[in-house]
Amino acid sequence: MSAVPVAPHPASAESGPPDRRFALLLTPPPPRTGWRVVPARVTAMCVVEMQKLRHDRTEIYTRAVQPALWLLIFGVTFSRIHAIPTGGVPYLDFLAPGIIAQSAMFIAIFYGIMIIWERDSGVLTKLMVTPTPRTALVAGKAFAAGVKAVIQAAVVIVIAALIGVGMTWNPLRLLGVVVVVVLASAFFSCLSMSIAGIVLTRDRLMGIGQAITMPLFFASNALYPVALMPGWLQAVSRVNPLSYEVDALRGLLIGTQAHLGLDLAVLAFAALAGIVAAGSLLGRLAR
Amino acid sequence: MTTESAPALNCTGLSYSFGDAKAVDGLDLLVDEGEVFGLLGPNGAGKTTTMRAITTLLPVPPGVIQVFGHDASRHKMAVRRLLGYVPQQLSADASLTGRENVQLFARVFDVPRRERAARVSQALDAVGLGDVAHRLASTYSGGMVRRLELAQALVSAPRLMILDEPTIGLDPIARDSVWDRITEIRAGTGMTVLVTTHSMDEADQRCDRLALMHLGRLRALGTPAQLKSELVAHRRESGETGLSAPSLEDVFRYHSGSGLNDPGSTAENEERGAFRDVRRTRRTASRLG
Ligand SMILES: Nc1ncnc2c1ncn2[C@@H]1O[C@H](COP(=O)(O)OP(=O)(O)OP(=O)(O)O)[C@@H](O)[C@H]1O
Ligand SMILES: [Mg+2]
Repeated sequence: MSAVPVAPHPASAESGPPDRRFALLLTPPPPRTGWRVVPARVTAMCVVEMQKLRHDRTEIYTRAVQPALWLLIFGVTFSRIHAIPTGGVPYLDFLAPGIIAQSAMFIAIFYGIMIIWERDSGVLTKLMVTPTPRTALVAGKAFAAGVKAVIQAAVVIVIAALIGVGMTWNPLRLLGVVVVVVLASAFFSCLSMSIAGIVLTRDRLMGIGQAITMPLFFASNALYPVALMPGWLQAVSRVNPLSYEVDALRGLLIGTQAHLGLDLAVLAFAALAGIVAAGSLLGRLAR
Repeated sequence: MTTESAPALNCTGLSYSFGDAKAVDGLDLLVDEGEVFGLLGPNGAGKTTTMRAITTLLPVPPGVIQVFGHDASRHKMAVRRLLGYVPQQLSADASLTGRENVQLFARVFDVPRRERAARVSQALDAVGLGDVAHRLASTYSGGMVRRLELAQALVSAPRLMILDEPTIGLDPIARDSVWDRITEIRAGTGMTVLVTTHSMDEADQRCDRLALMHLGRLRALGTPAQLKSELVAHRRESGETGLSAPSLEDVFRYHSGSGLNDPGSTAENEERGAFRDVRRTRRTASRLG
């Protein structure tokens, strides 16, 4: 193969004075190594997410419609008829954290579709050729989903406050809400990115996405207390991270009895497992 | 292995299959530092697959691909730090501005914060997008998107730039402007360029050396002039006279099997450059447009 002589190339011939316009583009940046890589990549992805939201806020508004309807129609009606025993809490108050969790989950589930779209458009492909381990890339996407979900949660909290839900404004508790929403969104986005890594096409994922979000929502304590459910549904609810998210949000926002420690532990573990799973399936999208 | 004396790219016996279909079949390739190396071949020849293997996107066994002496299978991160990659599809993020698109790549390549802004500006200026960097990429023309992608790849100071059909779907003026930038950048930074194109004019004028692939295999290798004079010799041997001096397109036809020597394989060729490729190309041309 190398029998063909190599032609002299002009670049070496015309080596005049160095071109000032490229002065900064001659030395590669010093590589970050070790544990610092993941937080750096997560920051980069979150910055991108914020920039996108700054350019186009319509998604924040359109995504506020559905939770507003749940609270205004479903919530208000069911508080009137007192059909659901909530242990003394007004039903609207009981429902609001569930709806926050639901709208955050819908955003996160969308990330699987987005990652397939980014694969098809070449954006993901190019990111995969940067010095970013797959898990760091997935973690970046997962926390970017968290950032977006937190903004959405803030919108729903404001809507809920406007219709008279009595929630806490204690900054420490709100910080807890941020942590819970970020962890849960990281899990749900990784769930959907993992499925994306398995089914590989957008059409199939859209179908599956719809097929899992509603069951996840109904098989949780978002709309009604677990005690009301039939036994088998209670079992499903117990392994459904959404239930732990809702439990924590209720405890933090309206002060009901919650198992905060357990909730956080389950959500943190689920997020971590999700990142590992999605990270190992991401390579399938590159092929 | 030392990195100083190693070639920019050394690829020995690269094979890759999608299921039963062999996309690349025992390819050897040696690209020297500083040259503009063109990879040619008909649709489905395996050019993109080769590039995706080099960029560590496709898994290859150890010892097959070395970039400046770093093994693409064992030292993925080291190899990626040496590479700039512009894929066949238009891959800028349309919902970010030009500057934000480049900033993202500065961040993921660990450009320190204090020099990030200056470096991003220099990359944008190098491709002539400094004045429109504040605009969303969705407002860019196809040629501007291609140049933006060059800036994205450039910001990390790569030593091997991999460009998959950088002029696909562009008008002649935009093509020239993309190539002029590539030429300038190469002269200014001394980086090596591995590029594919379907334009024989571009290959002839802009590349130092060419490799012609067909059905996943290497069919011809050399400077444009060498390839053409080889074809003259072939013609003389087979007694074809009276033909005018061959163009690079004649060389392409000869080696791609749809020329006089190999009439039987035309249908198979078209089969291979099938729907998938055409669809992808069309999508590339229409996106962001
Ligand atoms: N992801 C994939 N799955 C299955 N087959 C694939 C895939 N990618 C490529 N192929 C097949 O592998 C072969 C080589 O494709 P490749 O994209 O490398 O060709 P190419 O030389 O880049 O063609 P073009 O000039 O059209 O871009 C083709 O037959 C193609 O259909
Ligand atoms: Mg190709």
